[in-house]
Amino acid sequence: MNIFKISSQNLYRNKLTTLLNIILVAFGVGILTILFLAANQIGNKLEKNAKDIDLVVGAKGSPLQLIMSSIYHIDFPTGNIPAADAYRLMKNPMVKRAVPLALGDNYNGYRIVGTDTTFTGLYGLSLQSGNFWKKDLEVTIGNTVALTAKLHIGDTFFGAHGLTGNSDIHKQHAYVVKGILKPQGNITDNLILTNIGSVYKMHEAPEEAHEHSATESKEINNKQITSILIQYRSPMSVIVFPRMVNQSTNMQAASPAMESARLFSLIGVGVNTLKWFAVLIMGIAALSIFISLYNAMKERKYDLAVMRCLGASKFKLFLLVLLDGLLVTAIGTCLGLLIGHAALELIGAFQESSQARLSGMLIVPQELYLIATGFFTGVLASVIPALQIYKVDIAETLTKGH
Amino acid sequence: MINITSLAHNYEQGRRIVFPDWEIADMEHWLLLGASGSGKSTLLNIIAGLLKPSQGEVFIHDTNLYTLPARRMDQFRGKNIGIVFQRPHLIQSLNVLDNLELAAVMAGVPVDAEHNLALLNDLGIADKAQNYPAQLSQGQLQRVSVARALVNKPDLLIADEPTSSLDDVNAAQVTEMLTTQARANGAALVIATHDQRVCKYITKTYLL
Repeated sequence: MNIFKISSQNLYRNKLTTLLNIILVAFGVGILTILFLAANQIGNKLEKNAKDIDLVVGAKGSPLQLIMSSIYHIDFPTGNIPAADAYRLMKNPMVKRAVPLALGDNYNGYRIVGTDTTFTGLYGLSLQSGNFWKKDLEVTIGNTVALTAKLHIGDTFFGAHGLTGNSDIHKQHAYVVKGILKPQGNITDNLILTNIGSVYKMHEAPEEAHEHSATESKEINNKQITSILIQYRSPMSVIVFPRMVNQSTNMQAASPAMESARLFSLIGVGVNTLKWFAVLIMGIAALSIFISLYNAMKERKYDLAVMRCLGASKFKLFLLVLLDGLLVTAIGTCLGLLIGHAALELIGAFQESSQARLSGMLIVPQELYLIATGFFTGVLASVIPALQIYKVDIAETLTKGH
Repeated sequence: MINITSLAHNYEQGRRIVFPDWEIADMEHWLLLGASGSGKSTLLNIIAGLLKPSQGEVFIHDTNLYTLPARRMDQFRGKNIGIVFQRPHLIQSLNVLDNLELAAVMAGVPVDAEHNLALLNDLGIADKAQNYPAQLSQGQLQRVSVARALVNKPDLLIADEPTSSLDDVNAAQVTEMLTTQARANGAALVIATHDQRVCKYITKTYLL
């Protein structure tokens, strides 16, 4: 028997009120948890995947779309650029590393990326088993792809045209899995990597297929690719290089940093609205706890007077009432965190694009703020009712009776 | 053991009651008699350390009650004085046994579960130990409140109109309980009442 038990028994006696207050707190905390978790994961993903990429060059169109398709592999590509022009740009002295990409096919929703060995250098890829692709139609697959599509080394599969769906399958050539990557914790877990030649091969008319077995440079000269990921030699190029691309070529340059910032400012309005909505719910929760405690004081006055009579100090009873509020918010906060995590996991499970999948299994440091907010709400709501203790006249209360 | 000297209290409405001096020895049983409104409850509250008198002093075991700081006074009351009110005033959210434990916890005394059960047994309500106050009758509730007053083995047991809401049978039982339990626990007993049914149990009277 301690004040914890007294408090919890009292809450249990007023089940419905307690339940309402817990739900309100849980709802507010839950929304904030989802927001924090999602913002954190999206931010992390954006940052991690664009880590060493200073610029993306692709066909003219929306720069955001170019970034989304070439770095995050979410959106559709803006179009194609002549491989010859791209090749010229890649040789520019300002460029330290340039990675060509040829996109357009998928296998079970996982994108097939035609590229060269510079890609592995850019993302620092290492193999879990097997080898990197060497010849046409050989692929090295990301860890997630291997796990969910149940592909093993030596397996073959057909790619499908487009970025999702299996409606238009390239039946004439099968890819063969040569290697599986270690989990990288970034977008490459969800990619199927091959050389650019394979992507070309898929899109040739079948009768022409045998004519092209030339070297890679020759292929590039005749063909088109989707985009190039560029790493500068020096930070100075940030200003000059994009302008040069945009003005003197038929291509566009987009900076991942700038486009991510722009994206965030676009979704920021929604996130902010939700955040204020959650804060409002927390406020209502505090008010509801306050009102129920305050109203209950009329009835509890006798209990508290009896406890004073039995030798409890005013401060002890002050803590007792405070504990009522704190218990509600503590339970509500824990429940809210759980709901937030579960909801995000659920959202993640229903998400179509595996590349941007959200997970509820991660914990972010902001959750500590939520716990503190819950604690603060509890104190705020119960401190005024608790202070009533100091005003109760025990002798009068107990003599007059109910 | 209890000494009250030159005690007087002014009510908020301006009425003033002067209480005659009173000395209660260890284990004595006293009746505090008087018509309603004569100040019986006020005097009991003063002796119990719940109401500071306007004038005069209350000594319990050589402790000048109203010179104690608030925190010490609460503790002192919890440990040394057991109070039975007109109404049982049990905590509705706790069962009978927990209500008894509460008395020990609030006074900062270790819980003596055996003693508590023995009390309930003596008062004939051992089978109600796990029940909640709402499930008990008036008479049973009053017994529980007597048991609660005795939990910390107090030196002084105070009862304010303990029989006023009870029928003859229950009133007799409660009065007998109070006297026997006070004797058994070695406590002095003061019952404030205007109930004639109580008078035949106790001879010493203090009239207001």
